[in-house]
Amino acid sequence: MRAVITVIGKDMVGILAKVSAVCADHQVNVLEVTQSILQDLFAMIMMVDIDKSDIPFEQFADELTAIGDSMGLSIHTMHEDIFNSMHQI
Amino acid sequence: MLNARDILETITMIQEENLDIRTITMGISLIDCCDSDIDVVCRRVYDKITTKAKHLVEVGQQIEKEYGIPIINKRISVTPIAIVLAGCLKKEPLKLAQTLERAALAVGVNFIGGYSALVQKGFAAGDRELIASIPEALATTDHICSSVNIGSTKAGINMDAVAEMGRVVRRSAELTADRDCIGPAKLVVFCNAPEDNPFMAGAFHGVGEPDCVINVGVSGPGVVRAALAKAGDCDLTAVADLIKRTAFKITRMGQLVAKEASRRLGVPFGIVDLSLAPTPAVGDSVAYILEEMGLECCGAHGTTAALALLNDAVKKGGVMASSHVGGLSGAFIPVTEDAGMIHAARTGCLRIEKLEAMTAVCSVGLDMINIPGDTSAEVIAAIIADEAAIGMINNKATAVRVIPAIGKQVGDELSFGGLLGSGPVMPVNPASPARLIHRGGRIPAPLQALRN
Repeated sequence: MRAVITVIGKDMVGILAKVSAVCADHQVNVLEVTQSILQDLFAMIMMVDIDKSDIPFEQFADELTAIGDSMGLSIHTMHEDIFNSMHQI
Repeated sequence: MLNARDILETITMIQEENLDIRTITMGISLIDCCDSDIDVVCRRVYDKITTKAKHLVEVGQQIEKEYGIPIINKRISVTPIAIVLAGCLKKEPLKLAQTLERAALAVGVNFIGGYSALVQKGFAAGDRELIASIPEALATTDHICSSVNIGSTKAGINMDAVAEMGRVVRRSAELTADRDCIGPAKLVVFCNAPEDNPFMAGAFHGVGEPDCVINVGVSGPGVVRAALAKAGDCDLTAVADLIKRTAFKITRMGQLVAKEASRRLGVPFGIVDLSLAPTPAVGDSVAYILEEMGLECCGAHGTTAALALLNDAVKKGGVMASSHVGGLSGAFIPVTEDAGMIHAARTGCLRIEKLEAMTAVCSVGLDMINIPGDTSAEVIAAIIADEAAIGMINNKATAVRVIPAIGKQVGDELSFGGLLGSGPVMPVNPASPARLIHRGGRIPAPLQALRN
């Protein structure tokens, strides 16, 4: 299963590193990353493969949310299907 | 491939515009629980509900977490209890009420609907006993919702039942006067009640439904309003188009959740209800959509036209997004559950007569309206009769859920808490319809019923 991680917040050093470190820790493979910076606002979208993840999806999502909270970023991890169903016919 | 703009749009809808799945409702048939001994019936009812819905809440929470979409309510609807009661030698509906309450607590759902009777053409065994027990059942339980269907386009309106429901609504309020009269907030009087409605308080599991089924109700007034706000000063054709596109997206999400819940629970998927259901949260209001369309305040002249456009566009957008559509499907206008309606009612811009007109073009009826505590049972019955007439003639579901605010006057407030919200007592025309109501009998089915 693939999931989408979105990171939104104030730009700072090390955002990409921290988020990908969590992925690597749990055998989650990063498939694609897009990021943009509009003025000070940082927005990153990561497509990941969680089939080989060593923890349940909910726990993985919670861990990322906690990292986000500690850096003042809002991080959401959601199943890819929600976006596919909403935006593709 | 997904693009970044689409992904961020979804996140914004959920995080900032209150997009959610309002309810996953499991419909459970209790027909096979019937017996002549009420205690046997109660045992079977409890066992069936707690078996079928054992994992409902847990699965709802899993989906919520995995897909990142809030699922506000997990609920159950059951076969109208009057039917389950019909074969019992001792007709003691309150025993069934207590059983349903225990079952609801055991599986952890927020509401269980179906303490109901269908009497559009007359009373069958169990109906009168059930209706008479409604005030006490609602006063002594927290999770049970009740509904009574008193009319339909095919059958006409049962005016004896209408008169009785006027008294039942009043009595329900009196028995819960110490709790802001919450009793009648859980009681809906219907004309043309749908059998697969997932929304409370009117949900029940119709007799034509399968043994067990999953129905889903979506929500998202905040998303529609935000889309309109971004669109600026476009014409109404563009407004309708924008609402359609937004409703499509909202409903696709409902369809996804419904399919997934049905797969995980091993229960067939029934329908998605395409409704815009408001909550008292600021930004989650149907009234604000109407105001965004260009009204100074909900209730102003033009409100009915704006609502008609909204209701139609929601259906057109939603119907292509789901494989099976049903339930009430349309915009809801519950006064105490909608921040914009509450405001409009407080300022006096929104009145009960305007709400009645609005019900001719939207999904439900006079919903969650606080009326003065001294309103007579006959006036309440007449409000029900008017609403039922609109439904009967227009081939649509209409309903009345009014709350007589015992001991309170126009301008006072009632507060129910949670999704039921709070709001002011609204003025009601006090002129007496008593003679009309006391005539009783049936209003014959209209010509619209003869379609063959």
